[in-house]
Amino acid sequence: MNNKFKRLIPQFLTLLLVVLIFGFFTLNAQVNMDNRGIDFGFGFLKQEASFDIQFSLVEYDGLDPYWWAYVAALLNTLLVAVLGIIFCTIIGVIVGVARLSSNYLIRNTAAWYVEFFRNIPLLLQIFFWYYAALRALPLPQDAEPLLGVSYLTIKGFYIPAMIWENLNIFLYSIVLAIIGIIIVRTYARKLQENEGKQLPVFYISLGLIVILPLLSFLVGGVSLDFEIPVIKQLSITSFTYEGGVGLPPELIALTLALSLYTATFIAECVRAGIQGVGKGQKEAAASIGLNPNQILKLVVMPQALRIIIPPTTNQYLNLTKNSSLAAAIAYPDLVLVFAGTALMQTGKAIEIVSITMLTYLSLSLAIAALMNWYNKKIEIKEK
Amino acid sequence: MISKNFTTNLYLGSFLILVSLIDVTLNSFFKLNFTNFLPGSISFFLPLILGTIGLYLIRSDYTGLKQLDILNKNVNTSNFNAVLTLLIIFLIIKAIPPSMSWMILDANISGDSREACTGTGACWTYIKVWFKRFMYGMYPNELHWRINAAFILVIVLGMAGLLATEKLKKYLALYYVIIYPIIAFLIIYYLISGGAFGLEWVETGAWGGLSLTFIVSFFCLIFCFPLGMIFALGRRSSLPTVRYISIGYIEFWRGVPLITVLFMSSVMFPMFLPEDFFMDKLVRVIIAITLFEAAYCAEVIRGGLQALPRGQYDAAKSLGMGYWKMHIFVILPQALKLVIPGIANTFLALVKDTPLIFVVGLAEIAGMLALAKTNPEWLGFAMEGYIFASIIFWIICYAMSKYSYNLEAKYKTER
Repeated sequence: MNNKFKRLIPQFLTLLLVVLIFGFFTLNAQVNMDNRGIDFGFGFLKQEASFDIQFSLVEYDGLDPYWWAYVAALLNTLLVAVLGIIFCTIIGVIVGVARLSSNYLIRNTAAWYVEFFRNIPLLLQIFFWYYAALRALPLPQDAEPLLGVSYLTIKGFYIPAMIWENLNIFLYSIVLAIIGIIIVRTYARKLQENEGKQLPVFYISLGLIVILPLLSFLVGGVSLDFEIPVIKQLSITSFTYEGGVGLPPELIALTLALSLYTATFIAECVRAGIQGVGKGQKEAAASIGLNPNQILKLVVMPQALRIIIPPTTNQYLNLTKNSSLAAAIAYPDLVLVFAGTALMQTGKAIEIVSITMLTYLSLSLAIAALMNWYNKKIEIKEK
Repeated sequence: MISKNFTTNLYLGSFLILVSLIDVTLNSFFKLNFTNFLPGSISFFLPLILGTIGLYLIRSDYTGLKQLDILNKNVNTSNFNAVLTLLIIFLIIKAIPPSMSWMILDANISGDSREACTGTGACWTYIKVWFKRFMYGMYPNELHWRINAAFILVIVLGMAGLLATEKLKKYLALYYVIIYPIIAFLIIYYLISGGAFGLEWVETGAWGGLSLTFIVSFFCLIFCFPLGMIFALGRRSSLPTVRYISIGYIEFWRGVPLITVLFMSSVMFPMFLPEDFFMDKLVRVIIAITLFEAAYCAEVIRGGLQALPRGQYDAAKSLGMGYWKMHIFVILPQALKLVIPGIANTFLALVKDTPLIFVVGLAEIAGMLALAKTNPEWLGFAMEGYIFASIIFWIICYAMSKYSYNLEAKYKTER
């Protein structure tokens, strides 16, 4: 009885403290809102937003409601996050492997890259790319074509647009190819376990993923056209490009800074992962007669990935959260559009800041849950 | 050891490498291109091709020539490696002239107005003129001594702990956790803010520049550490309410970006305070960053707590120690020692995050740069400003990370 009591008191006190703090804040908020004549509620989401978003993936204009502005802004955030994740993974893996190179120059170049980009605040890097580096690009009328079809200018990066016909058939063919690959892999594994035969799974998979989409072009009626940006004069001094896709300089600066910065952390994860696989593992694999490719694929990578993936997912999460720095260079992401413009217009501070925070929080928790699930799947199953 | 055949290869290879290096160097430093009789692309790739053949010719497992062996072993193990080596060397040679001329040869540093910048290179005059603003923000020029004095006092007091004698050592933790933060706060408040002892009042809106970075990161560190400790213990507690509240706290702050936290502190937090209660923006920002970093701190400290063997807990309990006694005298001293590198990394992240306070209108160094950049008299020098700020931050962060490596190495040997 005494012991139980002893355990209850601190719990009760903590709970009381939390309730008191929250109660105090809620009470103040109510009083403040009453005084200023603001009412709490999410009704504003259905009102007309009447502001414009410079760059958006979905159709949006000022007549749309606030919740649609929220969706457009969230998609912009996700776009930067996905682009950043792709590029930082590529750079990070290359640099991480380069840090273990036997070549003195490569090893040290990679090490300096990591030390350099890791130790400068991300915000300064974003500012540097946006205000200093990208401002040195040529004006639209002076830009040289890259590969003949795209233009890198001070106003943005203009690339050809893809015009699909029967895009859905093409997508179906890819899905079909992926299903086919899964079936082949399962069958090959069974075959190996039961009869010891090995199928050239890699080539079959490659064939499937190339041939099926190709067939969709030949017989499925899918066609792909490129619309190349063409320069257009707006006035005597002002030029722009028409057609194609124009990526705004904010997006480029942000993607560059985010991927270069996060890549340093991923490089360290990759390095730690590869170093974490003991030398004995490779030697043991070699001694049972696996060839170098098989050693890498069957012995080193599965173990290295187990070390690499959790911290790397963490870095992806950081990247997603850091993409909110977009607000500092006016890239229309969630923070700028929603916590900035929409908040200014409606004055609904509590609602809007809560929605913004909850969005990021649910993104984080979703990725964290996915990571935990993956971790469970790949963790060593000890008997 | 060396066959005659190889000697020929060696001479030929060295000659080819030399030719390729001279070609690139002349091209880069003197804009001379002695291969321009060849078609464009061949002329462009010629040094690379020659160099690769040269390196291929001098490659050998063992020659007995010391320098050659070192070269072969480190940069020339395969054709792929050789190409990469050459590319890196060429890139360095190519990058030297433009960067040197921009940063030093064609740059200006004399004078104190925009007119002094006549060269095509960087305008360091801009940095020179704005230097005080970058360091102290809009703080009145004649009062800068107060900021310097406050920092020196705080640092000296911080070092005072190192002088403690054996007798006083047991109070060290008390000093650093409770007494020192209070004294430091009072010093910074009264010296930098003023308003008492005959010192002129300077509002926090005028604070800025690098000194503000230091003030914010200093206070956030000393406050987030004890807070993080509490939540780390809370998360490891056997009491479900305490544990779930701690988990909720930690996961909440770790799940949101700092920028939204700062937005919260500037637009949402005032709504939660009593009506006639005014809290300075700087204080709100410091509270926000402290709460945010405390969650990260808590996770680091939890790592240290988990790393301690169970035996430590059992031993302490068998001596009849209660929860607090056990943690204060047995668990925390060991756990905290383990997490010093992790804490250093958290602090590093904190320093790198401070420029973010710019988004809520505090003119920290990034904010001062934005201000200087838009000054009509000094348009067009964004590059110099950002390079300057980057160098400063790089030095601070690099020194800190090296220091944390040292600490890590030091404590690793002790265990």
